[in-house]
Amino acid sequence: CFNWLRCDFCSLQLEEEEAKSSFDVDVAVTNPEKVGDGMNAYMAYKVSTRSSLSMFKSKAFTVRRRFSDFLGLYEKLSVKQSLHGCIIPPPPEKSVVGMTKMKVGMDDPSSVEFLERRRAALERFLQRVVSHPLLLQDPDVREFLERDDLPRAVNTQTLSGAGFLKMITKASDAVSKMTIKMNESDTWFEDKFQEVEAEEQQLRKLHVVVDSLVNHRKELCVNTAIFAKSMAMLGNSEDSTALSRALSQLAEVEDKMEQLHQEQAASDFFIFAELLADYIRLLAAVRGCFDQRVRSWQRWQEAQSTLQKKREAEAKLLWANKPDKLQQAKEEITEWEARVTQYERDFDRVGMAVRKEVLRFEKEKTKDFKSQIVKYLEAMLQSQQRLIKFWEAFLPEAKAIA
Amino acid sequence: MMEEVKDVSAGSVHGDTIKVTEVLQDGDTLTFIIVSQKLSGTGEYHVDRTYDDFEWLQQHLYTQEDVPGIQGVIFPPLPVRPQVNASAKVMKQLGFLALGEWQPYCRALETFLQQVVAHRLLSKNPALELFLTSADPPGRQKIKKNLFNRLSQAMEEMRKEGHKDVDEFFQTVRDQNLQLTGSSRTAAEKFLDVVLTEQKIAVACGHFSAALHLCVEPGQDPDHKAFSRVCVKLSEVFDSMRKSMMSFSLNDLNTLGLGLDLESRHLEAEKEMLFRRTCKLVELESARRNAERAKPVRKAAMEEVKKASETEFEQICEVAKQEPLSARPCGNAAEESDSVV
Repeated sequence: CFNWLRCDFCSLQLEEEEAKSSFDVDVAVTNPEKVGDGMNAYMAYKVSTRSSLSMFKSKAFTVRRRFSDFLGLYEKLSVKQSLHGCIIPPPPEKSVVGMTKMKVGMDDPSSVEFLERRRAALERFLQRVVSHPLLLQDPDVREFLERDDLPRAVNTQTLSGAGFLKMITKASDAVSKMTIKMNESDTWFEDKFQEVEAEEQQLRKLHVVVDSLVNHRKELCVNTAIFAKSMAMLGNSEDSTALSRALSQLAEVEDKMEQLHQEQAASDFFIFAELLADYIRLLAAVRGCFDQRVRSWQRWQEAQSTLQKKREAEAKLLWANKPDKLQQAKEEITEWEARVTQYERDFDRVGMAVRKEVLRFEKEKTKDFKSQIVKYLEAMLQSQQRLIKFWEAFLPEAKAIA
Repeated sequence: MMEEVKDVSAGSVHGDTIKVTEVLQDGDTLTFIIVSQKLSGTGEYHVDRTYDDFEWLQQHLYTQEDVPGIQGVIFPPLPVRPQVNASAKVMKQLGFLALGEWQPYCRALETFLQQVVAHRLLSKNPALELFLTSADPPGRQKIKKNLFNRLSQAMEEMRKEGHKDVDEFFQTVRDQNLQLTGSSRTAAEKFLDVVLTEQKIAVACGHFSAALHLCVEPGQDPDHKAFSRVCVKLSEVFDSMRKSMMSFSLNDLNTLGLGLDLESRHLEAEKEMLFRRTCKLVELESARRNAERAKPVRKAAMEEVKKASETEFEQICEVAKQEPLSARPCGNAAEESDSVV
């Protein structure tokens, strides 16, 4: 009976939250600049916030942050008890290769791409954080956005090397190895967990395919550029002026095509590949929340079993008639009774939080995918129209070949 | 049924109408169906030929020793032998012709036959008539190795390629040909890379489209349905992108690809003709030297050899000048060159 009531209350709360779903915070991560020299150099990014919310000191402000600051923010949020059950957006991955290139100061296209990729990922991370109603209220988040000099984050080791996904998997394994298995009274959690796992696998498959598409497009860029040069050479070798002119024009059109292919490859990558990568990691974070709930349940169960042992000890003492030890035993029982109540409340709270979070996550996901796909299609439409214009401009040249 | 070959010189087929309509694959052999309209207007010839038959025809064209100056002819190039499940090396040699399910290859064979029929000297060869009209495949006997085979294989002859010409017109043609052959071969190779990459992209789009279909989630949940709808729509978009990319690449293949391939093979054939002429020139110059230095006893014989060489060389130059050369240096040079030899 109590379970049913809890569920009703939960869904009411959900409806309330959805009603005030509009938030008013805009964040942007821009202007990466190299600070310092040699192996101690790092990139500093400009973090700009615009908001009409009263909790901020002003309507628009800027701070400079480095990559480890973002990791530090994530660390702080992920260990907070009050945020257990929340889906905290994972930060971008560390990259030894990328950072070394940055320190050495290379200007090649792959370094430029790496920097842009990281900047965009940091921006998406922050945007997801501030669009989460609970996280936005968190003082650490406010400090990150507002405070001029942020103390250096020191606990980012957990996110090094192994990376975020491996960390979640390790934690999951630890949970499943615990001796007390959870008997699920509510099948919602079990079903949802399986759904999340299945979806993560599907997105991984999609990501592999998109990756190969991006690589082929980059290959097409390179090949088109080389071909354009060979056409230009052929045009120069030709005697007949009409043909020579047409070939040179063709070479120019192919150069423009290379530019288009380049943009298309970037679009494929930044819109799709990164979207899929983000959601693979977000789904891992969702799995992490489920694990938090299970751990919370286990803590409650362990407390109950400890309480039971204490009561048995008390009973033995009563029988053995040792008054001084009896007093201590009674105190311990009271303490553990309180703990059991607390842990049960925690478990309920985490359970409700997870349900709310998952529903919110699914809505956001659909919205996110829809908006990215629309962006992609609009970009492609434009690029196709430009493509048609280029070739239409060339047609009279081709016809002019005597 | 065997048609009686009456008038060898005219041929009985309308050159423009020659079409390679089909290619049949039986295990590892490819058979081509060739259809041509009778000049008399009374119908069509349908014959089936394999690559061996084409080679037979080519050999017969090469060995027309009764035609003066035959070495000055730019022989229409026959594509490389086609191979089913070709190795990487053969694929590279075939280039565009290996793609598009042998359709470009058929076009190349068509062009070969049309060019032979249109050639004022080659069309008179009786082998051509047999090839186009005989119901049975023409004979498959081995042709004895002739001048052409030796030349195309001899590597030491390559030294002669740079031999300076006595004729400004031909020197210009040779220089131009060298440049064009290189550029057009490169352009064809690079364009092939582009076309192959376009095909890879089409395949990748197809994979993405298929993978998206697998993301469709069952159930009545409105969010699930919304997400599934998005996936299905996107899957459709990528499928049409696949079709579009495939048609880009097929179009590229059948137009510019085929064109560049034909052009570069024609330039190679021209290069081979110019080389034969240059070799003859070297032979002539050495015959002249021999005639000059000959002792009185041998003088007359050497003079004969020199005269024969001179005549042959002149004939080759005559024939060559009337061929469709890639370079046409301005009129004055052409007129002057007649008096130089």
